[in-house]
Amino acid sequence: MIALTWRQFRTQAALAFGLLAAIAVALAVTGPALVHLYDTSVLPCQAQGDCSLVTSAFAGRDHLLQDLGTVLVVVPGLIGLFWGAPLAARELETGTYQLAWTQGVTRKRWLAVKLGLVGLASMAVAGLLSLMVTWWSSPLDRVNTDLFAQFGQRGIVPLGYAAFAFALGVCAGLVLHRTVPAMAVTVAVFVGVRLAVTYWVRPYLFAPLHLIAGLRAPNGNGSGGGGLTPSRPGDWVLSDQVVNAAGRVIGQDGAINLGPGRLGFAFGPAGDGRVALQGVGTCPNRFPALFGAGGGQGPTPAFVRATQECVTRLGLKEVLTYQPTYRYWPLQWYETGIFAGLALILAGFCFWWLRRRYA
Amino acid sequence: MVIEFHLNARSGLSPYQQIVQQVRHALRLGLLHEGDQLPTVKDAVERLAINPNTVLKAYKELEHAGLVAARPGVGTFVTKTLSDVSLAAHGPLRQDLRRWLAQARRAGLDDESIEALFQDTFRSSAAEDVA
Amino acid sequence: MTAALAAEGLGKRYGRRWALSDCTLEVPPGRVVGLVGPNGAGKTTLLHLAVGLLRPTAGSIEVLGRPPGDNAGQIGRVGFVAQQTPVYSRLSVADHLRLGGWLNPQWDAEAARRRISQLGLDPDQRAGRLSGGERAQLALTLAIAKRPELLVLDEPVASLDPLARREFLQLLMSTVVEHEVSIVLSSHLVADLERVCDYLVVLASSRVQVAGDVDDLLAAHRRLTGPRRDPAALPADYEVIEESHTNVQSSFIVRYGGPVYDPAWTVEELSLEDVVLAYMSRARSGAGVARRGLSVLR
Repeated sequence: MIALTWRQFRTQAALAFGLLAAIAVALAVTGPALVHLYDTSVLPCQAQGDCSLVTSAFAGRDHLLQDLGTVLVVVPGLIGLFWGAPLAARELETGTYQLAWTQGVTRKRWLAVKLGLVGLASMAVAGLLSLMVTWWSSPLDRVNTDLFAQFGQRGIVPLGYAAFAFALGVCAGLVLHRTVPAMAVTVAVFVGVRLAVTYWVRPYLFAPLHLIAGLRAPNGNGSGGGGLTPSRPGDWVLSDQVVNAAGRVIGQDGAINLGPGRLGFAFGPAGDGRVALQGVGTCPNRFPALFGAGGGQGPTPAFVRATQECVTRLGLKEVLTYQPTYRYWPLQWYETGIFAGLALILAGFCFWWLRRRYA
Repeated sequence: MVIEFHLNARSGLSPYQQIVQQVRHALRLGLLHEGDQLPTVKDAVERLAINPNTVLKAYKELEHAGLVAARPGVGTFVTKTLSDVSLAAHGPLRQDLRRWLAQARRAGLDDESIEALFQDTFRSSAAEDVA
Repeated sequence: MTAALAAEGLGKRYGRRWALSDCTLEVPPGRVVGLVGPNGAGKTTLLHLAVGLLRPTAGSIEVLGRPPGDNAGQIGRVGFVAQQTPVYSRLSVADHLRLGGWLNPQWDAEAARRRISQLGLDPDQRAGRLSGGERAQLALTLAIAKRPELLVLDEPVASLDPLARREFLQLLMSTVVEHEVSIVLSSHLVADLERVCDYLVVLASSRVQVAGDVDDLLAAHRRLTGPRRDPAALPADYEVIEESHTNVQSSFIVRYGGPVYDPAWTVEELSLEDVVLAYMSRARSGAGVARRGLSVLR
């Protein structure tokens, strides 16, 4: 059975590992140059202090990085599509299962060998690709402050994604016993689960940390954002909210009701100095005139001070919710574990389905 | 192999009957002589794509009639030709038949009725023999 | 003697439809069994149940004394040629022979290779490029070379041209001569079955209509033609399978136990095709399920 599975799979394996080898060569050729550039331009600059210009020049360099990232995002899906979905579906569709299942191997062994061999190959492809890309990008990642944005393109999670997509494909093919519908279902479910985990599960795998401080009122320019920044560059900011004294969320991005041209103030009848902050409440203090005599460009400093006093007295706070960088690798392991666990469950389901439907 | 079998799908006879008949004809025509080997079951089956039991049944009937004998592991061989058996009896039987036919014509039967009567009696008497 | 195939009240349901129901059979070993019936009668379902590709919804089935199951021992004893003889189109003929060796506990590689060269198949030819007849021969070779005790074939010659059909049956029959193997073969062409089978099962309307030795079936059925008569007027042990009447003449196909003495009847023997057609049209008209007691002739 192993020999048969290999014979059926060998062309696709050759294609995949051939491509992998080509990518490896490309990376091996350009990698050392990148490291050299890093060593000569960024490192010395960092030792001396502020080098944001050099860093951004370095980081903006590489188009290859973008393409590689895309490849690594897409590869697990492709594996599910082209290696997973047809695995059982093709045999069921063309009728060759009638040949395979009456030639001396049990159904269980047939599925187990196919799942095992091609599944391992899938994980190997995804794992090797991720390894190569992670290695090659390490200089760039060192200067990158937004590591979490590329979470799915580095490290060990692609392995978990590949295992899951593959098992999903095999399952869909087995249940639907037609290749094309199985492919469609595989893509849809895979994308759905990936998105769901990225936005609803990953942020909360560990209880997020919070930074809380009094809200800084919008300044004279009419804009004002969150005054809070996370302690380490590269921490993953989940949300930046404004809460009132009761703890209810009333604003986003560290500000309240700020939009183009709007300050969020509601003025009382002219001259009486009462101001209400939209969506919050009436300010307890009195406000001076908004604009200076002679119609200036923006609010007077006195007005700005009054705004800050109002905000402080209303007890508004800014809450920054984030995951620190040191949780990057634990999150990688947990997420890989989730996807690998899902893959195992799906594989088990395949065996159960096989036994139930086909004696 | 001296003779080869063939099957006529439209003959009213079953395959095994056709084989028996073909062997008997071959014997009668002198194509088969004493000691000749009949086609092996394997050869007959490969040529005709028929059930081996059909051939075996035919050979058994021929053996029962004393015409052939099976030698296990070797084949089936002719032991007696038909010519001498039937020829001697032909003359008197033919005369009896002529007399019967004259009788039937005198009774008013036309050709078709005679044939129908003959076929019917022939078959029912054959069935009784077997039973 | 263990039956080659024994079923008791066997049934298979898909959703609300019973593809096969109340099927009771006992097929002796060492025979070439023909399974005949119209399309959709349940032939493929019965054969798939026999080789373990399906699980029964009702009743039981035993093949060579054991229920067909997903275990290597049983799979090794039964060979199967599926309808349309599916093969792996991208693998070569030689690959298929190797496949047989990889998957089967017993595999006669030499015989398989000899047979392939006898048939004139190119071992390096991709199986997807073979003609229908060549594919069927390949599938049969794969089934035979594993030296099964029972060989099951699902309409193997239905889509073959007459020459390919003949060659296929020649290969099949010479296998019977060479090895002790029982064969179950389904078809809707009775002419082929007549040459090749010595035991017949008629399946129509998802039920077994009649089953028995071909010789016994032919001996037990007759066509009676005579003046117009009601079937009830026939003796009690005559089972009417098919009847047709004009205003002066009646014709019955009957199953009976002994010779017909009534001179009013013209008695004719039937061909196998006549018998099969009679049972199939009886099934279609819904005139009743064959009574269990009489349905199996020994």
